[in-house]
Amino acid sequence: MQPATYRKLDWVLIGTYLFLVLFGWMNIYSSSSMDSGSLLDFKTKYGMHLIWIASSFLIATLIITVISPKLYSSISWPFYFVMALLLLAVAFVGVEVNGSKSWLEIGPIRFQPAEFSKISTSLLLAYIMSKYDFSFKSKRDVIKVVLVLLIPMVFILLEKETGSALVYMGFLLVFFREGMSGWVLGLGAICILLFIITLLLPTLTTMLIFIGILAAIWAFYAKHNGVLVLFFAGLLILLLAFAPRLYETLSDGSMFIAKYPVEIWVAAITIPLALFFAIRAYMRGNKTIRNVMAGYILGVAMIFSVQFIFDNILQDHQRARIEVLLGIRDDPMGVGYNVHQSLIAIGSGGLFGKGYLNGTQTRFNFVPEQSTDFIFCTVGEEWGFIGAIVVLAAYLVMLIRLINSAEKQNDRFTRIFGYCVASCLFMHVLINISMTIGLMPVIGIPLPFLSYGGSSLWAFTILLFIYIRMDLEKRK
Amino acid sequence: MAISRDRRSALITMMVVAFIVIAIRLFSVQILDKQYRITAENNALKYTTRYPARGRIIDRNGEILVGNKLTYDIMVTPIDVREFDTLELCRIFDLDTSIVKEKFREYRTYRTKIGYQTLTFKKQVSNEQYNMFIEKAFMFPGFTGMPRTSRTYPFNAGGNLLGYISEVDADYIKKHPEYRSGDYAGKTGMEEAYEKLLRGEKGYTIYLRDSRNRIMEPYANGEYDKLAVPGTDVVTTIDAHLQAYGEQLMKNKVGSLVAIEPSTGEVLTMVSSPGINVEQLAEISKYYRDIVTDPYKPMFNRAVMSPQPPGSVFKLVNGLIGLQEGVLTPQTQYPCHRGYVIGNLRVGCHNHSSPLNMYQSIMMSCNAYYCYVFRSIIDNPKYGSVREAFNKWKAYTESFGFGKKLGTDIPSEQAGTMPTAERYDKLHGKNRWKSISIISLSIGQGEIGCTPMHIANFAATLANRGYYYIPHIQKDTPEAPINSSFKERHYTMVDTSYFTEVVKGMYMAINGEAGATARIAKIPGVIACGKTGTAQNPHGDDHSVFICFAPMDNPRIAVAAYVENGGFGATWAAPIASLLVEKYLNGKIAPERAYLEQRVTEGNLMYKVKVKKR
Repeated sequence: MQPATYRKLDWVLIGTYLFLVLFGWMNIYSSSSMDSGSLLDFKTKYGMHLIWIASSFLIATLIITVISPKLYSSISWPFYFVMALLLLAVAFVGVEVNGSKSWLEIGPIRFQPAEFSKISTSLLLAYIMSKYDFSFKSKRDVIKVVLVLLIPMVFILLEKETGSALVYMGFLLVFFREGMSGWVLGLGAICILLFIITLLLPTLTTMLIFIGILAAIWAFYAKHNGVLVLFFAGLLILLLAFAPRLYETLSDGSMFIAKYPVEIWVAAITIPLALFFAIRAYMRGNKTIRNVMAGYILGVAMIFSVQFIFDNILQDHQRARIEVLLGIRDDPMGVGYNVHQSLIAIGSGGLFGKGYLNGTQTRFNFVPEQSTDFIFCTVGEEWGFIGAIVVLAAYLVMLIRLINSAEKQNDRFTRIFGYCVASCLFMHVLINISMTIGLMPVIGIPLPFLSYGGSSLWAFTILLFIYIRMDLEKRK
Repeated sequence: MAISRDRRSALITMMVVAFIVIAIRLFSVQILDKQYRITAENNALKYTTRYPARGRIIDRNGEILVGNKLTYDIMVTPIDVREFDTLELCRIFDLDTSIVKEKFREYRTYRTKIGYQTLTFKKQVSNEQYNMFIEKAFMFPGFTGMPRTSRTYPFNAGGNLLGYISEVDADYIKKHPEYRSGDYAGKTGMEEAYEKLLRGEKGYTIYLRDSRNRIMEPYANGEYDKLAVPGTDVVTTIDAHLQAYGEQLMKNKVGSLVAIEPSTGEVLTMVSSPGINVEQLAEISKYYRDIVTDPYKPMFNRAVMSPQPPGSVFKLVNGLIGLQEGVLTPQTQYPCHRGYVIGNLRVGCHNHSSPLNMYQSIMMSCNAYYCYVFRSIIDNPKYGSVREAFNKWKAYTESFGFGKKLGTDIPSEQAGTMPTAERYDKLHGKNRWKSISIISLSIGQGEIGCTPMHIANFAATLANRGYYYIPHIQKDTPEAPINSSFKERHYTMVDTSYFTEVVKGMYMAINGEAGATARIAKIPGVIACGKTGTAQNPHGDDHSVFICFAPMDNPRIAVAAYVENGGFGATWAAPIASLLVEKYLNGKIAPERAYLEQRVTEGNLMYKVKVKKR
């Protein structure tokens, strides 16, 4: 390859990458440099991370200069297979480091396969979905990609790394781009929303909100009679809202009605109706009404089962974290310790921050896992709102650049892989930052390029640079 | 292409919206919300836990069974520790230097996890050691003393009943995430059962820390501190004096002694012997190894955890069932010539007059009589088969609470066992068993296992003439109300009128003339009713069993005594139970029974009990 072609590399992506990595190191230095002075230290994190950064650069250079981009599609199956085996191995012979059992130790090398399996999954998904006859209308194809997605997720769940498994849900965004129905994403979003609202509000209120949301969706899809739908939904909501009053008057005499709470009555009346309309719509081929009605039935079932799932399926610490997040429980010394301290650190940063190396909260280790999962605290405390926004903007630039660039690819493999990279990145950033600012429960996953740790930095570097190298093929 | 363009925009829009949400949240946390704003000068807060005083355990008459005393825990904040004189610290707390070194190696290993947290360095140091430490505290930066309460036991009784508390371990915290390392929790007995009431609620004090890590003054004058909420006192139904007396009676014997107030179901006394001494409770960690390796298993609460055959006491159950089923009247007479013989089966009996009616059969505890009664229940033509009649019989016994958990508030309560038709199918072949095959049930032997609590509850049922309240050890107070299930009457399937007849027999067993089995249990000035039992034991001497209640009208106490390897019911169990009743009702032991008290308290049966040496 001529040196001149390197000038055609996507320097915007590389630039933001360099900025994030170096800025990350500065913050790791800030949060761990205090350790060296104290009684309890023997090796510094910032020193170690410098080694990780240097090696990442080396890997990136190798990917750009040495490895042929044509290699990736051909190795996607064996690579995926090996990673799956490694993940399975971790579940059984994993080594525990800092309370996380996701590490594999082979001789002197210690790494987290879960980080790297994102690469293999992305490559294989790109390979399968780039086949010329691939379609989300084919059941076979859907099963294939869902399996490719589920296998690493299940293995990671076996390691009890719920957070890392959650990240794989990001690939649904890729599926969406490649033709999966938007209803799947919408349904997922509504499920999460319902789960939260049900825990916070009385069941009846949740049902009313849910009906409102559904009506809005319906109105959006069935453009011609949207006003009418909203009108009837409004009427229904009003009626249901007054049901308790009505019920009070009725319940004086009739024990049958008083025996069951209002929400049961509302469900008992509306579910058969919805079922009727869903079946009728199915017969007539009206997809919107069918989906809305089916969605309503599923949603109500969800509302009634949330409490059960919450009490019986979630583990104690997960339940506690969710309760703290939703403000059902206040426990700043216990389960909520991390988030509480993290919020104090970020909140105390103000507009401009306390200045580099001046963050007291983060430098004195108030926040556990400071340099890994909670690195964003240091950013928030020392660089303030401005710094936090700059980091956010850098990620956004990277994401939009990735998506736009992927969209322009002629090669489907490259395009899909580009979307995979963007989705992984997005899920990590979203979950990690939301966790540090108390928007999501504490889920321990690193912030790409910023967090301390070799596995994470290497994995994201490889992901990004494979794409950059593939992209170069088009620009040459 | 149009659709894919749409989808690209949708994805980008979604990401932008998500980032805007995050930005808005950041704006509100960093700029709008003053709560997180801490100025540069006083930048760091240190939370110090305030531990609540644990609730006390008080007996039914206001005696304190478990109280609190002040001790100190020495805490360490590893990140604050600077170089210090290890030898001096070891001297003050009487520690080995290697232990201290080991601890600090651990702190180092987990330093990222520990962060700024404060850990317990040494638990429950004496006042003297604490004072020495305070004088030299300046030498040990990072170490502090934390006032804690530890348990005291002013009354020397109820070791097993009260249970102990100890520091929670990692396993416990996993199951109960509301606990932190360093917290204490009840592990057995009442301490465990009433943990939620007793523990109270932790609070905290917030201190300011300067940039050099020195603790300054309380933050905002303590405005944001949270006070510790002391635990609720739990009042137990136990009578401390009676419990102590019961333990004295059961000393050097293996078995249990349970007394219940029939009109409420409140447990007055519950002794499991040998048990844990209260002096060991306070320092359980020191004695733990001794206790668990003791072959007599003092930790094991026999009163609710040791099901055994009830012996002749169970004849009363069969008598009641017979009366209800109409196959027996109080006047029914059966002969007995030293046993019940049919075919080559023989159930032996002792020498007594013959024939007997039902009252006499109870008074003299005739085995043969109950073989006849039991066979007439099981072979009752009213039921189509032996199986059906047996199942009916079993339903009766279950209505007395046998063979199931009574639902008491005592931890680790066992259900005991009642045989099932399926069990006999296995033993004898499907439906190939008859009343003769299971005849040992008639006299409370064979496949029956009842805990002493079951037997005591039966005594209370007899005292109430037909119903019981679930036995419980927590007394109803406005601060800590008891479960409503403890306030419901539980009727058996036998009509209450039949109980009156059986009770007459129990009256005669104690107060009757020649042949009465329990005359030793006669208490001056008190009309008591009782029944002896001798549970056959293939491994050694028979077990001595006795139930009684008194006074006959409006009973105030019902007792069951189970003395392992004690021989006849009248030998040990009857004296022990009757002495307990006498002490409770009369407040003292009559002079003419002083010899009995002496014999019982000095009696030692431990050598008879076969134990596995470890």
